[in-house]
Amino acid sequence: MTNPTGRSSGVMDGPRQPASATLKTYFVLLLFLALKAAGNSWMAWGMKQIPERMSMNPALYAHAMLNPFVAMGIAALILALLTRMALLSLADLSFVLPVTAIGYVIAVFIGKVSLHETVTRQRWLGTLLIFAGAVVVGTTSRNTTPAAAEDPK
Amino acid sequence: MKWLLVMAMVSATVLSDLLQSHEMKRAGEQSVSARGLARLLQLIAQRRLLILGVACNAVSFFSFMALVQTEPLSFAVPASSASFVLETVLAKFVLHERIGARRAAGALAVLAGVVLVGG
Repeated sequence: MTNPTGRSSGVMDGPRQPASATLKTYFVLLLFLALKAAGNSWMAWGMKQIPERMSMNPALYAHAMLNPFVAMGIAALILALLTRMALLSLADLSFVLPVTAIGYVIAVFIGKVSLHETVTRQRWLGTLLIFAGAVVVGTTSRNTTPAAAEDPK
Repeated sequence: MKWLLVMAMVSATVLSDLLQSHEMKRAGEQSVSARGLARLLQLIAQRRLLILGVACNAVSFFSFMALVQTEPLSFAVPASSASFVLETVLAKFVLHERIGARRAAGALAVLAGVVLVGG
């Protein structure tokens, strides 16, 4: 499989986008959501084991990172950051923001299934709205700025 | 302190995403293979605005961490969604993205959902 990435900084021809690039966008989106969910869960679990309150003191953060769950969480979140940057290279910011909000839906399910939290009706309604909104945005053209290289800065 | 943290978090998030989106649009399509991720790291090292974007991301992350230690998630999550509105508006005017009716409607539904989940 050849990878059509890299030097596509030339002129992109308007709103028509090849299906393979769209598939790739959804793949990168799913990878990002998985990394973010894992990272946040580990982070939350680790942080709950730390007695001190966080403040502006950087030494406290350094100490928190010694917790293995916090460390794993940070590693996953760094990978998530890179993946999200790749996603931003494939799609608009105004596309990425709503579709990545699916992360909230995942968080509610993780809370329900693995932490046995009770999910109120209001929260289910919110989850449904996020999902529906993300699906609607997901069907719009993912990239509306033809190669931003025209911006001479 | 609480609102100071929210302000720091929201402005850092907005700046971080605008810078990252701007730079990544310029860089062209990237991949998430091992080589692609290495290339991304290289890209961050080379572009000052991208470094600034990542630094803002760190500020936003630590503000959120500090916020959820003292405030309930039901305050922190909807408060952080303020950046969502600002960013979508700025994506139109600063990044010149075309936000059609369908995308705007979907984004509004998502926003309402985020507030409901948090509140």
